Amino acid sequence: MAKITLDHLRHSYMAAPKGPADYALKELNLDWQDGGAYALLGPSGCGKSTLLNIISGLLQPSEGHILFDGKDVTALPPDQRNIAQVFQFPVIYDTMTVFDNLAFPLRNRGVDEARVKARVDEIAGMLEVTEMLGTRAANLSPDNKQKISMGRGLVRDDVNVIMFDEPLTVIDPHLKWKLRSKLKELHQRVKVTMIYVTHDQTEALTFADQVVVMQDGEVVQIGTPVDLFDRPAHTFVGHFIGSPGMNVLPAEVREGGALFNGNPIALEGPISSGNGRHEIGVRPEFVTLADAGIPATVRKVMDMGRHFVVEALAGATRISAIAEGAPPEPGVTVHLAFRPDQTRLYRDGWIATTREGTV
Amino acid sequence: MRKVNQRGWFFVLPVLVLVAFNALVPMMTVVNYSVQETFGNNQFFWHGLGWFQDILRSERFHAALGRQALFTFLILVIEVPLGVIIALSMPRKGFWVPVCLVTMALPMLIPWNVVGAMWNIFTLPDIGLLGYFLNHVVGIDYNMTRSPFAAWATIIAMDVWHWTSLVVLLCYAGLVSIPDAYYQAAKIDGASNWSVFRYIQLPKMKQVLTIAVLLRFMDSFNVYTEPFVLTGGGPGNSTTLLSIDLVKIALGQFDLGPAAAMSLIYFAITLFVSWLFYTLMTRNDTD
Amino acid sequence: MALELQAVTKRVGQVTHVKETSLVLEPGRFNVLLGETGSGKTSLIKLMAGLDRIASGRILMDGQDVTGMSPQKRNISLVHQFFVNYPHMTVFDNIASPLRVAGLPKSEIQGRVEAAADVLQLRPMLHRRPHELSGGQQQRTALARAIAKESTAVFLDEPLANLDYKLREELRDQLPELFAGRGAVVVYATSEPAEALMLGGRTALMQDGHVTQFGPTAEIYRHPNTLTSARVFSDPPINAARVTKKGSRVEMGHGLGWDVTGAAAGLRDGAYTVAIRPNYVLPTSPGAGAVPMTGTVQITELSGSESTAHFRLGSDTWVSLAPGVHPYRVGVDHRFYMDPAHCFYFAPDGALAA
Repeated sequence: MAKITLDHLRHSYMAAPKGPADYALKELNLDWQDGGAYALLGPSGCGKSTLLNIISGLLQPSEGHILFDGKDVTALPPDQRNIAQVFQFPVIYDTMTVFDNLAFPLRNRGVDEARVKARVDEIAGMLEVTEMLGTRAANLSPDNKQKISMGRGLVRDDVNVIMFDEPLTVIDPHLKWKLRSKLKELHQRVKVTMIYVTHDQTEALTFADQVVVMQDGEVVQIGTPVDLFDRPAHTFVGHFIGSPGMNVLPAEVREGGALFNGNPIALEGPISSGNGRHEIGVRPEFVTLADAGIPATVRKVMDMGRHFVVEALAGATRISAIAEGAPPEPGVTVHLAFRPDQTRLYRDGWIATTREGTV
Repeated sequence: MRKVNQRGWFFVLPVLVLVAFNALVPMMTVVNYSVQETFGNNQFFWHGLGWFQDILRSERFHAALGRQALFTFLILVIEVPLGVIIALSMPRKGFWVPVCLVTMALPMLIPWNVVGAMWNIFTLPDIGLLGYFLNHVVGIDYNMTRSPFAAWATIIAMDVWHWTSLVVLLCYAGLVSIPDAYYQAAKIDGASNWSVFRYIQLPKMKQVLTIAVLLRFMDSFNVYTEPFVLTGGGPGNSTTLLSIDLVKIALGQFDLGPAAAMSLIYFAITLFVSWLFYTLMTRNDTD
Repeated sequence: MALELQAVTKRVGQVTHVKETSLVLEPGRFNVLLGETGSGKTSLIKLMAGLDRIASGRILMDGQDVTGMSPQKRNISLVHQFFVNYPHMTVFDNIASPLRVAGLPKSEIQGRVEAAADVLQLRPMLHRRPHELSGGQQQRTALARAIAKESTAVFLDEPLANLDYKLREELRDQLPELFAGRGAVVVYATSEPAEALMLGGRTALMQDGHVTQFGPTAEIYRHPNTLTSARVFSDPPINAARVTKKGSRVEMGHGLGWDVTGAAAGLRDGAYTVAIRPNYVLPTSPGAGAVPMTGTVQITELSGSESTAHFRLGSDTWVSLAPGVHPYRVGVDHRFYMDPAHCFYFAPDGALAA
């Protein structure tokens, strides 16, 4: 088990990268605490898999260092880093039994057979696969295969970190949540540092204590699930987390106040100084249909059963609101009100308001 | 309401007709010959299973079958591991992939009789590149027309040269279908190169390897053109394989009855051994 | 133009894949088939598309019997979960392929392909090949092919299942608009209740090869006719418990009970199964009348906008779904409040009582 430090890490798949655009992973400095549960969240192509492969040693970074407990492991190959990885598609050794699959990493390291048996039995118990130990792994269902892949990481008590690369991709939707929570439970029991890569917000937020949101090779926010939902530091985070995502409206800043379509909008706090492209961000949960406010035309109403998602057009801008009561008809003009303490200003994508009462 | 679509049969019909003319009709002719005796003039007499008994007791047949078995055995023992090794050492990505593939495929593109003729010239002791080299540079007395050992070495070498590529290409196809994640997982699990081969590459290659072994078995067991063009079955009868012997009996001596019986026995052996290979190699797939 | 199934069944050997099903699917809005994997959605789609032979019954398209007709002749489109495109063709050629097969004039093909590409924002990619596209673009190409073909029936079999979460959300939003006004019967299979709700239209709930309920999507969500239908149309799973009604009181065990109001008050005394959706079991009290219950949290899930907690109540597991992010602690007792006004009461045979 180890603390993981990423020090001035950068990576480009090109031999001679010229500008920042050539980097699949832009400069990164991070500390991951021993025993933490982390998620790397972002859309495909955001650099999360690149980062994962660099940590596991399958890829050598162009620049910077990776440290496990302060020890530089940048040059070490994967098998010397004492890491484990679970891949998108379950990797199992077809010809072996479940037991032999789980024992494989231990036997490769010359662990004596009595210890192998004890560890495999223990992990099989945790994964609830004890009764399958004697069967050939090739005959298992995808979710059990994926459990075995996880198990091969868990049997070793010397692992520094276990990494998961979108491990639930091939799992049936109705089994996903079971595995998801199994993983969380396992983490609480074994206390090994785990890093989970996914594009699925539910998987990331459910599994991780700390979520690292990435976009275009860059980390845009690191925080707890509550932080990310309550106060996105970047419009991308607001859009990516939550369904529907945060409304992002083009804004003007005049005399310290923000305007949308000429309407002054109350924000959570004062705007920091600076220039750039301004946007107002407010989640649909905090937009209400009111008697007064921004006039908009209802474009579409989706009946979600437990609430309605109302999509309205204010000028050319679409704004979503979540309504609990009877919804308006499409075509009707409504007035939208934003809850001030949940309304923020973003400059060039990044948050530019400070919350009242905080620094 | 149960309306079974019978139209499907129309689509299969041409194939059935083709197979009938291609295989069934000639085969029935052979069966017909194998149980009859003729003294010319297109007169046939019932001979029962006599030819079969004769063939099965004939020392000439035993010798030819033994040579054939040895040939096939050597071919499989050399070509399959060699093919696997070459496939394993071929690059998986990049510029060299097409180069390797084309190089590998080249020998297979050459017609069989041309291969025989090529090797014939290649091994001539006076003017052939290999023959000259062995005799006059290395100093080995190498003459295919005199030494049975040299003749055997040559037909084996020729077949290896000609057909190992098939094994290579099939295995290579199996290897490239293995996702990178397997290799990465094995690295992380601390597996040795041998373990990677034993537990990842070999199991994933197994299906194509089964096909490769079957094809190489059938082809080498039924081989005719190349060794015939190269050695004509000699010196003496030392390289007279089963097929060569069969042609000698059928066309050389025009003994249609024994030749027909021998063909059927030959066919039965090929069929049985192929079945055996297939059963053995796929035995573990379902449990 | 409507697609009508009359007492259709499908059997393979002794196994019945689709039990006797009669449905009338109309154009103009989505017809959603909702059910778990293996509930018979794909089997039913294959029957409707003519890819599989039905064991009994009839299929009518616009009143015409098409039961024995091959899929080629039916003018239909099918979009799969996996992105099915011709790898050697450009996006343009992929979209154009069914039109070329139909022998349309070149100018018309051009026009239709471009129109479909515009709708799906594929214009800039028309000359690329599928492997140069992202998953979302590949699936949009498959959808564009279905649109350009102007089929009379379009079957979408979990078309978004293999896409990124956000992309799925976007396409789901656009799909009903894409097909609106095209006059085609659109059948959409999904295993996600939320997807059915977003798509709207009408939904057929499926379980074990059987359509348990069919009707306007939001309506059958609010009024499930049986406990089974309520279970199929609930994610996370609906909470259910045995209760006894006596007078104006309902007792659930675990020391829990409440006074019945509304339609349930008129029920005869006796045993019922009560079911309540997880979004009416909340970590904060919704007001007067709420029934407090305390349970040990076992599993939590945070989706961003909502938090789910599975908690133990006696020998049952209950689920709560609350808006916002609630950091529950696993293994710890939490208090939840259930709002009995939103309970469904089912008779012992599973039919809705109130």
